[in-house]
Amino acid sequence: MENIAGKKPALLWVVHLCTAALVALWVLPTFGLLVSSFRTGDQISTSGWWRALSTQESQLPAIRLGGDEVQRDGVFVIEGNLFATSGAEISRWGTSSREPEAFEVGQSADLGDGVTLTVTPEGGFVMSSASSMAEMRMPRVFVTASTPPDFTTNNYSTVLFSPLAGQTIGQAFINTLTVAIPATIIPILVAAFAAYALAWMDFPGRALLVALVVGLLVVPLQLALIPLLQFHNWIGIGKGYLGIWMAHTGFGLPLAIYLLRNYMAGLPRDIIENARVDGATDFQIFVRIILPLSFPALASFAIFQFLWTWNDLLVALVFLGTGNDQQVLTGNLVNLMGSRGGDWEILSASAFVSIAVPLIVFFAMQKYLVRGLLAGSVK
Amino acid sequence: MAEVTIRALKKSYGGLQVVHGLDLDIVDGEFVVLVGPSGCGKSTLLRMIAGLEEVTSGDIRIGERRVNNLPPSERDIAMVFQNYALYPHKTVAANMGFALKMRGMDKAEIDQRVKRAAEVLGLTPYLDRFPRALSGGQRQRVAMGRAIVRDPQVFLFDEPLSNLDAKLRVQMRTEIRELHQRLKTTTVYVTHDQIEAMTMADKIVVMQGGRIEQVGAPLELYDRPANTFVASFIGSPSMNMIEGTVQGGTVRAGGATLPLPPGMKVAEGREVIYGIRPENLGDSPDGIRGTIAVVEPTGSETHVVVRIEGRELVAVFRDRISHRPGDQITLAPVDPAGVHLFDKATGTRF
Repeated sequence: MENIAGKKPALLWVVHLCTAALVALWVLPTFGLLVSSFRTGDQISTSGWWRALSTQESQLPAIRLGGDEVQRDGVFVIEGNLFATSGAEISRWGTSSREPEAFEVGQSADLGDGVTLTVTPEGGFVMSSASSMAEMRMPRVFVTASTPPDFTTNNYSTVLFSPLAGQTIGQAFINTLTVAIPATIIPILVAAFAAYALAWMDFPGRALLVALVVGLLVVPLQLALIPLLQFHNWIGIGKGYLGIWMAHTGFGLPLAIYLLRNYMAGLPRDIIENARVDGATDFQIFVRIILPLSFPALASFAIFQFLWTWNDLLVALVFLGTGNDQQVLTGNLVNLMGSRGGDWEILSASAFVSIAVPLIVFFAMQKYLVRGLLAGSVK
Repeated sequence: MAEVTIRALKKSYGGLQVVHGLDLDIVDGEFVVLVGPSGCGKSTLLRMIAGLEEVTSGDIRIGERRVNNLPPSERDIAMVFQNYALYPHKTVAANMGFALKMRGMDKAEIDQRVKRAAEVLGLTPYLDRFPRALSGGQRQRVAMGRAIVRDPQVFLFDEPLSNLDAKLRVQMRTEIRELHQRLKTTTVYVTHDQIEAMTMADKIVVMQGGRIEQVGAPLELYDRPANTFVASFIGSPSMNMIEGTVQGGTVRAGGATLPLPPGMKVAEGREVIYGIRPENLGDSPDGIRGTIAVVEPTGSETHVVVRIEGRELVAVFRDRISHRPGDQITLAPVDPAGVHLFDKATGTRF
């Protein structure tokens, strides 16, 4: 059993390469998104995330000079710094948008009317003139500068706590949790009971019910959206959390019952019969024997259902309102794409907030997907 | 403790009848082994006693009670399954105490009973372990401990040793037997291994095709098998069966003349099956002549397979012999009284 994938080393290599490719395919964009979400908007627009750690040389937006003039040795002088914060290093500069790299640092530029301007690498500038410049329109300076890496958590605080497109991501996050958690727990509870009955209790029509469940697996949920919403309106639930919980439960149940029933049917018959001889009722067998033994199946379905309800947009659009207290993350992201489509730092931070929970869920629960709880029960 | 009485018991699945009207009395405190080839209905019978299979018709009584329609838990029985059927997510102590807990017994009382059973079975150091951390023999003991703590009226064993290796099997065989001698609880034990049946049983029930072929003490079955099936099933190596015809107080089989058991009168010309246990065959001046095909020394005895007219006979010699494969040998019953004669048409014993 050492070589499950096959005995041929070549095949093994193919498997390894495919795995590596798949891992790269998923990890790279996710990691890029993570890095981008911590960068400032300026940095995102000038370079890719893979250059986030290196210093970048780029043309900065035009800076208009300003400051108070002083008279020194008969010359009027304005001194100051182009940057509010230090760190950038200027390589070339210019005073016209047509020639943004006309001068080197330290070089004096003649601006006409006897006005000269000098810029130091750190951004300091000296503008001098024989006559007063108080009435003059201040020139703009274009600089090409190397800026050091700049990381910030401001994107997250902006995204989480200040309303964008009318709603904070934090609020949308809570709304999504409000949808996803009950929409995961309710179908599991219902399906576990149903699966036990379909796997281990004898009653007429059992096979037919199983066939029906399997049949429902292939019915697309889009078919049911409108009739179901009409039904919800008719019985008075309307749009709201109760409605979407019911909808997700209904759409999730066929798969849940099918998965759990198959798993439970695979549990050793002897164990269940032994429990019966031991005097356990069906309910006790279910709670004390079947449920603990089915934990891997319950956990794996829980992961599926949670991710699906978390990432869902369609069902939420149909069954939830669009108010701030009901709009979910996916809906909020769609709105952001429209209203803040250019602000990549906002979008990347929002996107990462929305995938953080699925990632945590997956990594926390993945061991239950592979754990064999049955080891040691038979033979 | 109680006796088990079975009357005209039948079982069918749909139109297929698998148990054809069984009658069986199991005395209080008896160790009864149900034995037979696979598919003979022995496990079905056990499961009907346990209440895991419904009875189609007939009666099962445990003690005074008719239990046909009682659920397993109300029959006051304990069952040990072939695969042990331990609860993998519970400790040994919890496994053993589960039935008592289901009965709503006091926790202190459960602990006490589990401890006592664990001591009997040598499981005390393992009470906090999970089944996956136990060896096969230990799991088997836990399964038995689970049955013991309930102090039931009847123990039911469904091929409990078939998953163990040969050495452990012999050891557990003795342990189960000792346990029974100590507890004296009525026990029904299913196996397909006739050696297990012979060594453990007070009474063996040989079954075939949903019918009981013979019921009796192990040696009774060995010495006086009721028909050719029981004769060939019990005993290892199994009994030699030679077809022949009765002629003038002897049996003519092929070219050989074999003696009838003393005092047996069989009509002249009757077709019979002449059964001889391998240890009852010996070297003799006249009898069946054949060629030795294989010699298998086991140490205490030697098995010799002899080929005669396309058939094989097995003889067991207690003494060391000098025969080699290819040698000619003449075999005849050592003790004519130990010969079994069966009617060829019906297979029943004369």
